[in-house]
Amino acid sequence: MLLSSLVAQASPLTEQQVQQLQGLVSQLNPIQQAWVSGYLAASAQLAGGALPQQAAASAAPAATLTILYGSQTGNARHVAEQLAAQAKAKQWAVNLLDMADYKANQLKNEQFLTIVTSTYGEGEPPENAEAFYKFLFSKKAPKLPQLKYAVLGLGDTSYEFFCKTAQDFDQRLAELGATALQGRQDLDVDYESAASSWNQALIEVLEPEFKESAAPASGAQVIAWPGQTAAAASSYNKQQPFAAELYTNQKITGRDSSKDVRHIEISLAGSDLSYQPGDALGVYFDNDPALVRELLQITAIASTAPVRLGEQRLTIAEALTSQLELTQSYPAFVDKYAAAIGSEALQALAADKTALRDYLALRQIIDIVREHPGMPSAQQLVDALRKQQPRLYSIASSQTEVEDEVHLTVGVVRYDAFGSTHLGGASGFLAERLAEGDTVRVFVEKNDNFRLPVNDDTPIIMVGPGTGIAPFRAFLQEREQRGASGDNWLFFGNPHFTQDFLYQVELQRYLKQGLLTRLDVAFSRDQAEKIYVQHKLLKQGSDVFAWLERGAHLYICGDGNRMAKDVHQALLAIIQQHGGKSPEQAEQYLDELKQAKRYQKDVY
Amino acid sequence: MSQYPINPAFVAEGKLSDNERLKADSDHLRGTITTDLQDEITGGFNGDNFMLIRFHGMYQQDDRDIRAERAAQKLEPLHNVMLRARMPGGIITPTQWLAIDRFAAEKTMYGSIRLTTRQTFQFHGVLKPNIKPMHQFLHDIGIDSIATAGDVNRNVLCTSNPVQSELHQQAYQWAVKISEHLLPKTRAYAEIWLDEEKVETTEQEPILGDTYLPRKFKTTVVIPPDNDIDVHANDLNFVAIAENGQLVGFNVLVGGGLAMTFGDTSTYPRRADELGFIPLEHTLQVAEHVVTVQRDYGDRVNRKNAKTKYTIDRIGLDNFRREVEQRVGVPFEPVRPYTFTNRGDRIGWVEGIDGKHHLTLFIENGRVLDFPGRPLKTGLAEIAKVHSGDFRMTANQNLIVAGVPSEQKAQIEQLARKYGLIDDGHSEQRKNSMACVAFPTCPLAMAEAERYLPELVTKVEGLLGKHQLADEHIVLRVTGCPNGCGRAMLAEAGLVGRAPGKYNLYLGGDRVGSRVPKLYLDNVGEAEILTALDQLIGRWAIERLANECFGDFVIRAGVVAEVKVSKTDFHA
Repeated sequence: MLLSSLVAQASPLTEQQVQQLQGLVSQLNPIQQAWVSGYLAASAQLAGGALPQQAAASAAPAATLTILYGSQTGNARHVAEQLAAQAKAKQWAVNLLDMADYKANQLKNEQFLTIVTSTYGEGEPPENAEAFYKFLFSKKAPKLPQLKYAVLGLGDTSYEFFCKTAQDFDQRLAELGATALQGRQDLDVDYESAASSWNQALIEVLEPEFKESAAPASGAQVIAWPGQTAAAASSYNKQQPFAAELYTNQKITGRDSSKDVRHIEISLAGSDLSYQPGDALGVYFDNDPALVRELLQITAIASTAPVRLGEQRLTIAEALTSQLELTQSYPAFVDKYAAAIGSEALQALAADKTALRDYLALRQIIDIVREHPGMPSAQQLVDALRKQQPRLYSIASSQTEVEDEVHLTVGVVRYDAFGSTHLGGASGFLAERLAEGDTVRVFVEKNDNFRLPVNDDTPIIMVGPGTGIAPFRAFLQEREQRGASGDNWLFFGNPHFTQDFLYQVELQRYLKQGLLTRLDVAFSRDQAEKIYVQHKLLKQGSDVFAWLERGAHLYICGDGNRMAKDVHQALLAIIQQHGGKSPEQAEQYLDELKQAKRYQKDVY
Repeated sequence: MSQYPINPAFVAEGKLSDNERLKADSDHLRGTITTDLQDEITGGFNGDNFMLIRFHGMYQQDDRDIRAERAAQKLEPLHNVMLRARMPGGIITPTQWLAIDRFAAEKTMYGSIRLTTRQTFQFHGVLKPNIKPMHQFLHDIGIDSIATAGDVNRNVLCTSNPVQSELHQQAYQWAVKISEHLLPKTRAYAEIWLDEEKVETTEQEPILGDTYLPRKFKTTVVIPPDNDIDVHANDLNFVAIAENGQLVGFNVLVGGGLAMTFGDTSTYPRRADELGFIPLEHTLQVAEHVVTVQRDYGDRVNRKNAKTKYTIDRIGLDNFRREVEQRVGVPFEPVRPYTFTNRGDRIGWVEGIDGKHHLTLFIENGRVLDFPGRPLKTGLAEIAKVHSGDFRMTANQNLIVAGVPSEQKAQIEQLARKYGLIDDGHSEQRKNSMACVAFPTCPLAMAEAERYLPELVTKVEGLLGKHQLADEHIVLRVTGCPNGCGRAMLAEAGLVGRAPGKYNLYLGGDRVGSRVPKLYLDNVGEAEILTALDQLIGRWAIERLANECFGDFVIRAGVVAEVKVSKTDFHA
């Protein structure tokens, strides 16, 4: 459909190529098309920088709006897609890309660039933005006097390095000589309406630039970049989640474990939701009714008090239960709540950003209100709270095996602090408050940056300690069902062998069957010295390198703050030692793997 | 192949059981245990190694209480091993005791030391990474676990009588010598667990044979009139015969054994038979050749009929004796007179003829652990720190603080009382009751035993009290399965587990353990058992002859028929 309306002017193809492509595409069903697009993307990457820049530049005489997103959870992608749709509606030529798929050396030919990006961890770019970020800050980055750009940052004010990646992009593009189309905005987790406004404003700014060069009236030219084609559009999404039935909630850590990890099975029956191994499931949740009651009791607000939430009118109890965030605290709440109740102590705390972050580290909303009881109006309380964001869990199943089910591996956030037990919002909901047979609102968040190799013969190395094992359970199910012959090597770790060996029996079976070629485990607290997955990788370094050399894809899932970095360092050491490479060459080796989508991470 | 001529008529015919293949393929008990120790994916042992570790004194077990829970958690059973030490005669030094006390606390799941009916201790719940360190620390303190399980001669028991100090010392020395003489010769244990180098030799097992014995084999040295080690539960018994307080030789008894299989009437508990008397100098030769005869003629086709008791019933006692005599080269002399009058331990202090004092501590179920208000394990460790003699584990799961000089007696007593090791409130009934371990660790258990015994005893105490027999007792034993560890098949009242909460009740053993009891109730719950006992104890109270024990009474009164010859009577 898209390709049928493709015209040469808006693409890097010649008219003849367009005809040939259209001829081929007309014979393909959607699944074949998806495969071809993935195939072409992969071969383009394997060809390295072989994409002819000149041709690309000269074949695109019309103004093109390039929209890049750096996205960890899909939010930035959604905003970018929304912008692309708006531009497309105006018949502009739009190039919407995952930042990981962008050829950085094309930057010097760009005229109009929009970046929507989140920030990860301690101010680092999200996984799929890493390469572009690195390029932009390297000596190779070209001067960009021709470029007009706009940057939108998505973030979370409870983090110290709020929207730092967006700020970095903004500042760096300016340094390279580019001109800002409109000011950068840094948006908090309830970004939706502000993002829409920002997009709208940008369209208006661009309007005069594109008026003259708008493409002929032959339909849309949004080029859906290969790799994004996988999941067919569903009628259920983040805005309209599906009310799914909870089938199973099974604890899969032993009774003496310090961790509570749940294997969750949810039915997608009755929806048209589908997913691929590597995708995530978005989960909305209801807050703990006891928490809601206590909050209303302390603030002396009747549960039936009417409030406004955007366009909605509802009772405060409804708003607190299912619409607002009560478990994750953040600076803006302290500001607004302090103002509402006129607490000087809280206002003073809010003024000291460092002290505030420490204060908020373990506290949920209820802790703040308990410590600083006051009487805000119902609307003030609602306005101080931010909108609930769905939590994303890497899917732990393959539909080829579980059909209309979706499985998750959920680590329950539970800790004692300030005299009470605290539970995570979504994990507490799934593990403690939802009974089997109850409904949970879900949607599929695709992740094209975490995919099995197209070629079933390709070996894979999976590093997934803790709940990071989830997508690899999906990978293994998928490969078993497909009869994939490629070797599979899993590295798993957790504190204790007897208590925390997630999916132990399944993995033992896979090992026995031969589906798992190798399984290396690191149980950090079973001996005096702590042993983690990176130590196991190092121990098997020579084999790890040999696997990489024969084309293995490498995947890491799990904790991004420590584990993924330690594993990365271990990989560098392995490549140096067993590949006889310098530190720089080892870096380059991994960069190339990344470029070829052979080194993928799903970290949180 | 045997070094002796074989009479083919005595050899069971048919296809050898798979255990025979396993032993033959094991490279003298090595298997691939070393590889399994490196396997980090399972806490258990794979394939043949699961059985082979038994020859090294360990059983793979798991916490059965949480087996279903872990299956739902997608976790394998909580595999661990139980280790049974080799302690001939059950003697252990205070230094050794302190070391095993520490290991149990730090490296086992249950934290306990278990005193067993085989007069040794067991660790329960040792996880794989701790297995090798366990053998190494035991080796460092002079203990091993070679051949305490599997188809070999197991830990050799010896009567714990501390009074006849000199005689006991002599008998004990023989128990040690017999144990050493019958050990496997393979270096597998040293190589696997102690990292000793593999020596290129052609290994042979001249006594046990390259495929070891057809089945487990149990040996005792007993000093009449005590029958604490229960001769009739054992394949081979050396009954000490003394003249003027000096050991001169042994009556040899063979073919006892208590295991059976429910529903298989070719299996039964059986008393030992007398082979005759031998002077001391032939002791090791006789021990060796009872073993080699059983090795050559024991049933290797049907494991359920593989024990010595079935060999004797199959080939005849006279033929068995003749085979042994031919191999030893000396005939047995007629049995010398001996009498057993006692089976229990003398709880409390006794003074030996050497003037040393001995304190027998009643350890319920043999569980050495700190219980609320009764920190038994700490107490024993405190005693071990000051004790200058030794400890003796008894076949009744009790512990003797032996060889206490007069001047230390008060201190030991004070410590024992302080930590609840002396409890004057224990009834005779409680002191004469026993159970095997069963749930949650034993993979064979069908019903509770050890965890159930204390409350059962309390209820039986109540029945005795009700019928004005509070000072009396009935030898009461509970086992979780019909394999015999708790020796219920030599009890006056024996419960053998059938299913959770269900037991067979056997009645009619005697006080000294010379009679096998007979089935009275089949597969019943506690209520029925207690109703029956209530009624029978009531009759016993009224109808008993002077000093007539419960087991003798039920036979005389015709409640159950006497089992005289197990093969014909037990299932009749």
